[in-house]
Amino acid sequence: MSLWQYANPVKFLHLSGKIVPLATVVSAVCLIAGLYWGYFLTPDDYKQGSTVKIIYIHVPSALVAINAWFMMLVASLIWLVRRHHVSVLASKAASHVGVVMTLIALITGALWGQPMWGTWWAWDPRLTSFLILFLFYLGYIALWAAIDNPDTAADLTSVLCIVGSVFAVLSRYAVNFWNQGLHQGASLSMDKAEHVSDVFYYPLLLSIAGFILLFVVLTLVGTRTEIRQRRAKALLARERG
Amino acid sequence: MPELGKYAFAVLSSYGITIALIIALVGFVVLRNAKARRALEAIERGGKNG
Repeated sequence: MSLWQYANPVKFLHLSGKIVPLATVVSAVCLIAGLYWGYFLTPDDYKQGSTVKIIYIHVPSALVAINAWFMMLVASLIWLVRRHHVSVLASKAASHVGVVMTLIALITGALWGQPMWGTWWAWDPRLTSFLILFLFYLGYIALWAAIDNPDTAADLTSVLCIVGSVFAVLSRYAVNFWNQGLHQGASLSMDKAEHVSDVFYYPLLLSIAGFILLFVVLTLVGTRTEIRQRRAKALLARERG
Repeated sequence: MPELGKYAFAVLSSYGITIALIIALVGFVVLRNAKARRALEAIERGGKNG
């Protein structure tokens, strides 16, 4: 039994077909419960008032946006080293989810920042690296669309993914590297004194679980789509040939 | 309903935009998958019949 057997598209379709329905239900339950708990059942923060409710969408979407890129990096490296098509198709599928999560994090961040910092946007290290990560997502998707040969597209997008990883790291650690700017440190930390209060922490964890599972479901479904499109192209090419 | 006070715009628009974007994303992924599945099935049927 090896992980590499799922590089076989048939085996991947079989396994993912079993995972998707269950993960969809668990994701929906976590999302609904986490957001309901956070929005309706938690108190206002003593400093931030009711804007603290934005944490239940801003933090999970930012977390998924950054980690989606890391997942794409691993999948791209697998493609470059072992030439497994499913891995690079999974990376392509993940980019569609990642770009939307990055956009959600940027928009909710601006909406949260305006009343708290007095500005929608600042060229703060974390915000700037996050904006560049968003542009890398757009570039990655555009590069896939611009190249007809799928293997060439996979090679070039994989290289772009490796380069963009710098900004995924910066998006996560910019606050620690430069120790300046408006954005605060980690909301979730192993250090009890640093992370958010328990009353916000548990619904936040539930919401994060929901967002992560949503990412998994949509990436699996997207990968299944890419595999089918690739097979359809191959069959059409065979018929014409 | 929670009382959002002067931050109602920030909170409600954050949730509204997020929900709209997630629904659009789910719709995009699901419809694209259904289209790809139908197209592949049609090609495979054509191949078997032809």
